[in-house]
Order: sequence, then structure tokens, then C-alpha cells
Amino acid sequence: MSLSQSDMNERLQDYGKRIESLAHSVGLDYYPVDFELVPNNFMNEVAIYGLPIRMPHWSFGVRYIHQLIRQSMGHSRIFEVMFPGNPCHGYLVNSNTLAENTLVTAHVLGHADFAKNNHLFARFAEMSGTNIVEHAAAQAHRIEQAVRDHGQQRVEALLDAALALEPHVDLDQELHRPLYPTHLKPAAPRGDEDSFTGRFRHLPGEIERAEASRERRTAPIPPHPESDLLWFIAHYGPELEDWERDVFLAVRYESFYFYPVFACNIMNEGWATYWHARLLREADFLPSDLYLDAVTCHSNVVRPFAGEQQAALAINPYHVGFSMWERIVEQQGLERAREIRRDEDDFGFIRNYLDAELAEKLGLFVFEAKSDEGIKVAGRDVNRIREAILAPKFNYGAPRIRVGEMKHDGTLVLVHDHEADGRGLDLERAARVVQYVHRAWRRPVLLQTVDSRGAPHELRSSAP
Amino acid sequence: MTFSPDPLLSRWQQPLRISAEVGWYDLFSRGARDWLRHNEKVRESVEKSLPNLIAGPDVLSGPGGGTVLVPVKLAEHARFRLRDTDGETGAGQGAGEDGQVLKPAQPQQGDQNGGDAGSGQGDLQFVLELKVEDVLDWLWEELKLPDLKPKASAREQDQEFVREGWDKRGVRSRLDRRRTVKQAIRRRAIQQDPAPFTDDDLRFRQLVRRDRPATNAAVIFALDVSGSMGETERQLAKTFFFFALQGIRRQYAKVEVAFLAHSAEAWEFNESQFFQTSGTGGTVSSTVFKLAKDVIKERYDPSQYNVYLFYASDGENLVDDREPSTEALRECCQGLNYGGFIEIRPAYGISPETELAGIFARMQRESLPLGMARVTGRDDVWNALRQFFQEQQARAEAA
Ligand SMILES: [Zn+2]
Repeated sequence: MSLSQSDMNERLQDYGKRIESLAHSVGLDYYPVDFELVPNNFMNEVAIYGLPIRMPHWSFGVRYIHQLIRQSMGHSRIFEVMFPGNPCHGYLVNSNTLAENTLVTAHVLGHADFAKNNHLFARFAEMSGTNIVEHAAAQAHRIEQAVRDHGQQRVEALLDAALALEPHVDLDQELHRPLYPTHLKPAAPRGDEDSFTGRFRHLPGEIERAEASRERRTAPIPPHPESDLLWFIAHYGPELEDWERDVFLAVRYESFYFYPVFACNIMNEGWATYWHARLLREADFLPSDLYLDAVTCHSNVVRPFAGEQQAALAINPYHVGFSMWERIVEQQGLERAREIRRDEDDFGFIRNYLDAELAEKLGLFVFEAKSDEGIKVAGRDVNRIREAILAPKFNYGAPRIRVGEMKHDGTLVLVHDHEADGRGLDLERAARVVQYVHRAWRRPVLLQTVDSRGAPHELRSSAP
Repeated sequence: MTFSPDPLLSRWQQPLRISAEVGWYDLFSRGARDWLRHNEKVRESVEKSLPNLIAGPDVLSGPGGGTVLVPVKLAEHARFRLRDTDGETGAGQGAGEDGQVLKPAQPQQGDQNGGDAGSGQGDLQFVLELKVEDVLDWLWEELKLPDLKPKASAREQDQEFVREGWDKRGVRSRLDRRRTVKQAIRRRAIQQDPAPFTDDDLRFRQLVRRDRPATNAAVIFALDVSGSMGETERQLAKTFFFFALQGIRRQYAKVEVAFLAHSAEAWEFNESQFFQTSGTGGTVSSTVFKLAKDVIKERYDPSQYNVYLFYASDGENLVDDREPSTEALRECCQGLNYGGFIEIRPAYGISPETELAGIFARMQRESLPLGMARVTGRDDVWNALRQFFQEQQARAEAA
């Protein structure tokens, strides 16, 4: 079925309205959604950049080309991108069929409900505001202005560093967090006069010494290992100009915004898929041929692997999430499902609600990739499956790296927590990131990790 | 919502061919803008390592037509990542018994970076299509090669239009797409709501009248194809010949080329046969020098042509052939602007002077316009080129 653009618009608006009232009647709760039909190449860009208007960087160009290739080979098709906010922004592809776009409309409403009600989303929305799309566009314009004022080379060097550190933020802290105290608090006089030290301090000669130690001392920077590298560099980079700090903070802002989507991917896509399937099923106003087309589209989205294959070396979050929500609603009711949607992220969702029975039904397994044996099925134990699904999600998917120290000469010392990560860094890439950071930081940068034998290894920036 | 069944199993098998240039319409797109910027960066790094890249067999066997194909990897924006270990695990979906192989081990490739199993992206290669003209501009800059000097006697001046610089106005046929795109990007980067491209972005090759030698050049390539010249040796010779020819073509309006090969006898070939040819038996270099002399006499009148001879061999020759070779070469020299001997000895480190090196060395001392360079690997090709071009220039100036 091919429709003119205006026909498509008209009918989609009609169905959209009716799907929305159906959504309200079954209790979906969301901020208004602005839908926009956009050309396919624009959709690719939105998906690749993660935002409709985002700062320029050559690395996005590489991802863009990858997407074009995947698409031209039929390996990837993007149907929808949704940006939470008030209003939310939902993008649909104008060359997709009416059936597909009707399904996507319902899908986006599921996302909108999730974004408004999930705790993690709500907490981050509170910090980053409800107009992220406009905010990111303003940031992009500021960075383009910086290119005009300071030249592409300089801005690009900063973005090389900032975007490389994108996941290295401290998500337990606020987006707008205060600077470290500049001075250590004087040690408060203790109230426990009865204790041994209390009595001890009253011995002759001890009082003066205690007074002296109570003087204000300059606090070391950072006062504790700092995992928010973007924040630290923005505020403590010894030679950064204000507009350069702004670049780091812009990347950090977006990083905070992206986190809930990252951390709730399976839940959120599953939830949206559950709702598009349900809303369409209940939308008796849809012509049956359109409904059947939409069902075909649905089954493509939730199929775990391509038709001719037996297995996939990845899980399909739509399929897994969808199946989990269907079962939760079936066994525990919609109200309970809504509570889970409110309280969990993927970590809790997978650990608490993916059980052995469902894992078996979904055909989940753990695989192991060895250079001499190839990739093998390595078991179907549900605990291992859960951990294999969650492993790439810990710490925003990045190694744990902290600012350990800033030396007197401004040397930045980064420390990799290789014990928590279980191994050292990829040294070749790490050396390049150290060099990126050095160009922004302008003083030496050190990074401590371990080599392939577990022996301490230090990378040091070299003069550019 | 996306549809992507399995990113890991469906990794691309073949390097992609992506033109480094993007259509006008794509300038609308931010993705294309950043892709072009990526390409610029790749070009910058390609330029730096051009002499190495360009000498690869993949490049030389390019389809001609004024372009070479340079295989490059997409630039990777580095991030902190844990080192790869053997035995990575992951979650999958589908059928399969415990221990069942889902994907057999890949034959080990010589990947110095320790392999990027699972990353997917590192595998993607693309081919940058570069104009030979551009490549040579970069090379000449990189190598600081001097211009060839035509012989004084043949230096009749003629005025000719040559490309020099760029202008904003011009006829369509002289539109320089690369410069124009560059200009558009530069402008778009500094404008609010930029138009995709404007007339102001257009850059045309500007033609200026300049004095140019009216005479033509002839290049004779002579190659030893005896049994001792293996594939590696011939590949190095081919690389050298290719760029020597391009360099000469850069400076003469018209260049004629003759291809000679010899083992115990010498023949003339056409270009495509030239490198396929292999002979057996002994090496008698004088045969090819005699043939060269005849070719010059018959076709390339030294008053009309600037004649260059390049001879590539492993340096071995019959000792009995020393006198005949010397004589034939001496006769050749009368018609030559310059003759270069490329001694190709990839398998040897420092080795004693070969028979032919001895001959050339003695003749150089007679102030004949000859030079020689030893080539053991690709890097030496550039040194040899630089050396020959500089020597030739010094001699022409002294003359
Ligand atoms: Zn979705």
C-alpha cells in the first residue's frame, strides 16, 4: 500500500488520536508527544547522534556511515526515535508504511509512559530539565560558535577528549554539583571527654598541639578518588578557558541524559513493545489488512535472529523485554507491572524477573569466544545468563577510572580500578585517550593500570 | 525501535569501497558533514604515511584512469576499554547444545593490535580513491623532490596554460570538487543555519600562462627478468618505475615510454606484458643497454627529447659481460639526460658491491649522467627517487 504523504499524514493523525484515547483508557500516563514524520536519512542521523541536533564531531560521521551500510545491507532499519521531555518528541520515518507508523505511534506512547513514571528517568529528567532537545541544540550552537572563534583544530581536540570520556561521569552525584570545599574543616573538638583520647588531649603540652592542627588546611584536589572525569576536568583543568570548560560540561550534560535510556534499555523497549502489541490488538477501528501488516512488523521486531539462522550472539532486547512484561502482567497483574516499571532498571528487572523457566522459553544461553575454538554455547544456567546480559551495562559500560591525584605541577593522575574490573586496560587505546586528555589538560597526564600479566603499568602522555 | 537481527554474525566480509567525496545533496546532512571531516582526517594521516601506503601492491594494481585506491581503515575514536581476553562471554539466543560451535575459529590474521574480536568496527576497511595528481602533489611535497631540468639544448620556451591556484570563477569543466566541498564545509562550520553550498564556495582551477619546455620526454624502463629476480624484486622495481614515470609525466607535456626486459637476451614489451615476463638462464646486461641505445637512436632524437633510462636489476651479471656492458652504456649516455640504476636486493642486508654496481660506479667517476641507488624495501624506493631527481637536477644545472 503506498500513500501520498498527505494521505499518510491524515490517516496517521486519525489513528494516532484514537490510539491515544485508547492508551488513556488503559491507564498509560505520559506527557504530550509531538510526533514528526521525517525522511529516512534524517532518522539515521537522529539515531546516530542520539539527539536531533548535536555537537559536530568526526566520530559521529563514522557511526553514520556504519549505519548507512548496515541499512543498505538490510541489517538495520530504524523505525522510531523518541526523546522524553515535556513534551516528548517522537520521530517516525515518512517512507515507512502506514501500518508501520501506526505501530510505532503506539510504541512511542509506551516509551512516553515509561519515561514519565520510571524513577531513574524521573530523577534524571529533574536534573537535566524537560527540554533536552532544545538544550542540546543550544549547546551544539555554542560549540559551532567556538569553532568560529577558536578554530576547528582546537574545538575538535577538546571534543576528542570529552567524547572519549563520555561515560566517565558520577551518576550518584547531581548533574549540578558543588565544587570541592577549598579547605578541610577544622577537626571539631570531640565531645567524648571520657574516652582515652579525650583525656589524653588534656595532658600538659597537648592542648597547643591540638590547636595548631585545627588551623584551616588547604584540601587536596581531589579530596577523594573522583570518578566524574568530565566534571573534574571541566572545573579543575589548570589552563582551561571558560568556553573550553563549557565543552566538557556540554558532553557531561548529554551523558547524564543518555544514562536512563542506557540503563533501562531492555525494560523500556520491552514496555513499549508490550504496549504497541496490546494497543493495536485492542484498536478495533484499524482496518484488518493494516492490522495484519502491523503484526508482521511486530514479529520482525521481536524475532531473536534472522530467519535462516539458528542462533544469535546477542539478545534482542525487544523480544526479551516484551516476553518478560507479558508474563509479569499475566501472572501478577497490570498494577504490579506498573510498580515494577516505576522502581526497577535493567539490573533489578533482569535479576528479579528473568527466571529459569522464561530463560529456557526464550532460548537464552551464555556463549564463550575463544580464538582457537571459535564461539561455543557455554551453558544455560540462568544466573550466568543474567550476568552475561548485565555485564556490558555496569559502570555505564566503561572501565572504572578515577582521578587519583593532581600533583603540584598540575600532573593529572588517573587510576584504573583493575581489581574491580578484573583486568587491565587495552593499552593501545588507553594511550590514545591519555593523549586526547593531555591536549585539553595541557599538563602531563598519567594513567595507572596493569598489563596482560597483571603487573603495574603506567601510561604517560607525551608532549604533542 | 530498530530492527537489527544480529550485529555479530553479520559482520561485513569485504572491504567497502566508499568514495571519499560526497554528493552535493549530502551536504545537507550533518552525518555527511562529520563523515567528510573524518575523511579529511584520514587524508591527513594518509598523506603522512603516503609513501608507504602508496607502494602497496593494492594501490599499484588500481584501475588506472588517473586514480589510485588506497585501502584505509576507518579512523577510530579511542575510548577506554578493557583489554580483550581469550574466552570473552556474552548472552545469546537460540538453539544449540552445550559446547556446540556457533561460529568456527577465524584463521589468525597478522593483526598487530592483538585482534579486535567482537568490536566489529575495527574490521571495516574502506578504500579511498585518490587522484594520482593529488598523490603526486603530496609526494613531491613530502619528498621535497626538485623539478626535472630539461636539457639546455632542448629548452625552447613555449607558453602554455598550466594549473596554478584556485579561483572563484571559472568554467564548469575546471570546477575543483574537492576544494569546493572543503570550502563549503569551512563555511558551514562557521555559519548559523548554513545553506548547503553557495556560489561562493565554488573553486575553479585557475589556469595561468607559464613558460614550459616545448620538448617531450622519453623514458626507457629496463628490467632484469632473469631467474634471480623474484616476485618481490619485480614488485619493488614496478613501484619505482611507476612513480618515476609519474614524476616525469608531471613535468613534461608528453611522455613516451619504452619497456625493455632481458635475461641473456633483450626484448621490447608493452606495459602489460612487461611485469609478467620472466626468463631463465644467465644475465647479460649488455643486451638491454644495446637495445636501449637502438631505441634511442631510432625513436628519441636527443634534440627533440629529454631521455631518461631506468634500469632495475639485482646487480648480478656475467663478468665476461663487463666490457660490452660498459661500452653499450657509454653509447647510451650520449642520448640521455639521465640514467639511473636501481639495484634491488631485498634479501640482502649489507652486501659487497655487485658486478653492475661496479660498472656504474666507475662510469659515474667519468662524469657521465648516471646514478645508482640500492633498494632493499619499500622505503628505499622513495630515497632512490629523491636521490635520482636531485642528482639529475644538479647535473642539469651544472651543464
Ligand atoms: Zn523503542
